[in-house]
Amino acid sequence: MAVKKISKVQPEKFEFNKKNKETADSIIKNYPSGKQQSAVMALLYLAQKQNDNWIPLSAMKYIAKYLDMPYIKVYEVATFYSMYNLTPVGKYFFQVCTTTPCMLRGAYNLVDVCKRKISEEENRLSEDGKTSWLEVECLGACVNAPMLQLNEDYYEDLDPTKLEQIIDKISNGEVPQPGSYRGRLSSEPENTRKTLIGNKNA
Amino acid sequence: MLEDKDRIFQNLYNDFGADLTSAKQRGDWQDTKEICGKGREWIINEIKASELRGRGGAGFPTGLKWSFAPKEVGSRPHYLVINADESEPGTCKDRDILRFEPHKLIEGCLIASYAVNAHKCYIYIRGEYFNEGQKLQTAIDEAYKDGLLGKNSAGTDWELDIYIHYGAGAYICGEETALLESIEGKKGQPRLKPPFPALIGLYGCPTIINNVETISVVPTILRRGGKWFSSLGRPKNTGSKIYCISGNVNNPCNVEEEMGIPLKELIEKHAGGVIGGWDNLKAVIPGGSSMPLLPKETCETIKMDFDACVENKTGLGTAGIVVINKDQDIIKCMARIARFYKHESCGQCTPCREGSGWMWRMLERMAKGEATRDEVDMLLDVTKQIEGHTICAFGEGSSWPVQGLIRNFKDEIIERNKFDPIVKKQKDIPYLVDQHLLEKENA
Repeated sequence: MAVKKISKVQPEKFEFNKKNKETADSIIKNYPSGKQQSAVMALLYLAQKQNDNWIPLSAMKYIAKYLDMPYIKVYEVATFYSMYNLTPVGKYFFQVCTTTPCMLRGAYNLVDVCKRKISEEENRLSEDGKTSWLEVECLGACVNAPMLQLNEDYYEDLDPTKLEQIIDKISNGEVPQPGSYRGRLSSEPENTRKTLIGNKNA
Repeated sequence: MLEDKDRIFQNLYNDFGADLTSAKQRGDWQDTKEICGKGREWIINEIKASELRGRGGAGFPTGLKWSFAPKEVGSRPHYLVINADESEPGTCKDRDILRFEPHKLIEGCLIASYAVNAHKCYIYIRGEYFNEGQKLQTAIDEAYKDGLLGKNSAGTDWELDIYIHYGAGAYICGEETALLESIEGKKGQPRLKPPFPALIGLYGCPTIINNVETISVVPTILRRGGKWFSSLGRPKNTGSKIYCISGNVNNPCNVEEEMGIPLKELIEKHAGGVIGGWDNLKAVIPGGSSMPLLPKETCETIKMDFDACVENKTGLGTAGIVVINKDQDIIKCMARIARFYKHESCGQCTPCREGSGWMWRMLERMAKGEATRDEVDMLLDVTKQIEGHTICAFGEGSSWPVQGLIRNFKDEIIERNKFDPIVKKQKDIPYLVDQHLLEKENA
């Protein structure tokens, strides 16, 4: 179990904006009536997105009321799942996969780059306050290792130099292109494709 | 080698695009109405005849699973749940299906829902696959627009609604009952079985849970016949399978191949060989991180299917093949896997909650050469205390890789950690003295 820290600085109030209210209501309709608690995970995501990528306690209380469920049950869910950030993270949030398949292909070299270029410690904001990084467990793109997730996008087939370029781009206010950084289209074997030869890109 | 025409996932590498039009050109959604018209019995029998086994890791026969759903719908509705919470280290096959072959999955959902009498289907996607989920949602929207889902899905007279539910970074939610808990809006901790989900599952209703790949191959099997599928591979291990080959190979890739293909062929032919040559191979994890690793000698000959893997004291699991070569420190690799399990244990059962941390810390020390000789046996004992003493298979999943390491590389661990514990050297120390205090000079 991962240890989760709650931010010491908490906003007093939280409320969904109009658009998120509509989205929340339509998500609740995906589940049978009386089972609105099922929507708690989706609503926590909405709150996280609305609140600069982290969830304050007031949002949990708000969601509890919204779904007519005990606050502690929302708290339980928010602290159980690792993708809910309970403290502020950078606007650009790097999550570097370091589980064995990525580690075998040099994921810890990427971690070193993050330490050098973003911040010495995980979950601490960079000097310009825009980025932070975290070591995470398997992100499920093992054949494109080493890789990382930057906000919602996957950046694959990386090496330290390419990661440095990505970080530099972000500090310059540009958005780097997601996907493979060795020119692969997806999970196909590089250069030596032996299957589905008749298809277009083979 | 499997011929290209027998590959089910023609768009595995996104040569054509994932949209409905090109999916239809590849044969998806063809005769769906006719297939459902043949009735539930026929569908389930055909899947039984194909001998399709679940692709999510456990390899349970799919047709049999479907037949567990109550024949008639009683007071409680039935549900179909698709497990797309792919998080097993070394596995990334479902991701490609979600983003490149979503219509195979959606059509499979319709047929499976019809077969098990479900009008609602939830697809549980891991939260990190947000983009893949969006692509699947686009495909679902296309299907609704085209009348393939909804009140009269694809003209079958069957009403089906599909919803996506995102997880949030918990590996344990890939366990089917934890997944149900998670859909119900709770923390993902597995349930005791029995009752099995087929009778009491989501919201206490009969629920069939299948892996993405399992469901996605169903339409093709029914179109081409169960016999065609069972003609591939060997009995009880039939069909084709997407293998993910990662780690120290020249060209890591996903590839769809026939069940029972030799591991060496997968690595040499499709993945471009081991980095540094075949002789540089140290070990292979054949089925995702929770399966025991194989030493090089076994890798020479083993065929990749469920039963052959079991005969070699491992498992096919999800067919996530992680290749480890001699440039790597094998103990460190397994220590990292142990850390993964320590991080992902849900904390419900004590043996797993505590034991996964013990295994990790012991392995870390062993990697550094700081453990004592008899701790190797102690570590094995810890794995045995976890295995079989937990609610779900996470206990096995976390202890098997460690057992595999000790079984195959015990000499190497002992070589690095060959000193005796301090208490043995100083026999006059009372038994209850804290060992760590002895290491300090002034203790």
